[in-house]
Amino acid sequence: MTSLLKWVRLIGSRTTLYGLLILTSVFMILPFIWMLSTSFKPEYEIFAQPPILVSRNMSLDGYRYIINNGAIRALWNTVFVSSTFTVFSLFFCALGGYGFAKYRFPGRGPLFAFLLGTMIIPGAVTMVPSYILMLKLGWIDSYYPLIVPGAANAFGIFFMRQYISTISDELLDAARIDGCSEFATFWRVVFPICAPGLITLGLLYFMGSWNEYLWPLIILKTPAKFTLPLLMTSMQGPPGYSAYREWMALAVVSVVPLLIIFVVFQRRFTEGITAGAVRG
Amino acid sequence: MARETTARDPLKIRRKGLWREIVGNRWAYVFISPFYILFFVFGLFPVLFSVFLSFHTWKGLGPMEFVGLKNFAHLFGPGGKVFWESIRNGVLLFFMYVPLMTFLAIVLAVVLNSKLVRFFQGFRTMIYAPRVTSMVAAGFTFRLMLEAQGGLFNLILAAVGLPEAPWLEHVWWARVSLCLLVVWGWLGQNMVYMLAGLQTIPQELTEAALIDGASPVQAFFRITIPLLRPVIIFAVILSTMGSFGLFAEVMTLTWGGRPMRATLTTLVHIYGVAFGNYRFGRASAQAYVYFAIVFVLSLLQVRYFGREE
Repeated sequence: MTSLLKWVRLIGSRTTLYGLLILTSVFMILPFIWMLSTSFKPEYEIFAQPPILVSRNMSLDGYRYIINNGAIRALWNTVFVSSTFTVFSLFFCALGGYGFAKYRFPGRGPLFAFLLGTMIIPGAVTMVPSYILMLKLGWIDSYYPLIVPGAANAFGIFFMRQYISTISDELLDAARIDGCSEFATFWRVVFPICAPGLITLGLLYFMGSWNEYLWPLIILKTPAKFTLPLLMTSMQGPPGYSAYREWMALAVVSVVPLLIIFVVFQRRFTEGITAGAVRG
Repeated sequence: MARETTARDPLKIRRKGLWREIVGNRWAYVFISPFYILFFVFGLFPVLFSVFLSFHTWKGLGPMEFVGLKNFAHLFGPGGKVFWESIRNGVLLFFMYVPLMTFLAIVLAVVLNSKLVRFFQGFRTMIYAPRVTSMVAAGFTFRLMLEAQGGLFNLILAAVGLPEAPWLEHVWWARVSLCLLVVWGWLGQNMVYMLAGLQTIPQELTEAALIDGASPVQAFFRITIPLLRPVIIFAVILSTMGSFGLFAEVMTLTWGGRPMRATLTTLVHIYGVAFGNYRFGRASAQAYVYFAIVFVLSLLQVRYFGREE
């Protein structure tokens, strides 16, 4: 009996709580550290026992190899696709969100419900016919399929609508009285005010596009056009030989930019994720 | 004069008013139209075309051949074995990681949310960090760490005196490895959902219970968790879709299902049918069956968890 009480008190004790948090955090951070560490090792140290954290024989060969095999190009491709997609999406989603938030038009309710309903459709169902559509459009092996279809997406419009609905109507009326056309009202008044929301949504989009794998895998065929995730898997050797150090170098290149952005904008990231969960 | 004539036809008044409203708000329609245009072209059309395709055989080039329900019948014959294996894997994986991960997410959120620990920002950042990582990069890293000979995990196990494990070699250990990777990647996201959900629970409720003599553990199970139910359902449904739809993780960690298709998920399988075997009709049919299964499972979960006690 008393030992059970001791257990309960132990579980509630502050040390255990910290222990849980620290253990979890270590598990989360460990792969990053290992990724970084391995990318600088000479090959014979990768599976050294005991494990080596900071190699005494640091070598840049891993990085040299990936640079010689298209890493810079892939990095640029990824930056380009992610940025373009983010910019387009933010514009169209803000526009759509504004339309739903600040106009009372016939059919608004059903149209919005329809929009929400489209979020149910899973990617697997559209995977094959979308590919065929891209084939017919001649968009295979180009970046259009990675940017255009998602440009006005339901979640973004939902998110921006929530955000824009908090803008006071008087502000908009004032702009109209001053002679702004409807679009100018949006562009000059609403869009700038949305900046915080746009940053949050933009971060989500940027990160999602950067890390996307399945769709680029289906669409892109020329290695010179590959994004970073694609380059990583195209460097796979057959089972047996594995270019671990090179993979880790590429992984570092792929992960570090996003990590930096994440750390700088942390609050915005987590804000964005919860917008769907709680309000929804 | 005009008023007299329209007063006689109430339908005309309504139509005139409606039209005026539509025209008056024409810009709203313009603003929301990009979504609908893009959706109809890139969303609805593919969905409908997919239905059409599932009744045909097509290799991407050449003629399409109408085959009626053959693609669906194929699934229920010997040829459909691998598809159902992938469904089985999805179910297995779900039970292996979702309850644990969701529970851990709740616990972490409650701990962080309580005033008992400091460094809230720091911990949340560290636990959420994996979410911004490409699962391809993570998959390769985990493969490195789970390597049987000299991989970091086994070295740690050996260091504390535990036996080493055949992480990626053995059927069940491979599944565990995949679960490890998925939990690593998604725990932070789920924790953030729970944190958001906790904001909706008034502090006074838990405080009142504690004053009334309940232990923190009791308060946790009797108050916090039931009140978190909507968020929990939301998170679990997303995880359900996730456990059947793991793709990058499987391709990088287990070479697409090794060993012996133990970690083959349905999405990877359908991808193989479509872009490996070029059987677009069959892949479309399978995609719909897959969607139906996940949809039904999600409905069941909402029913099961939504029941009041």
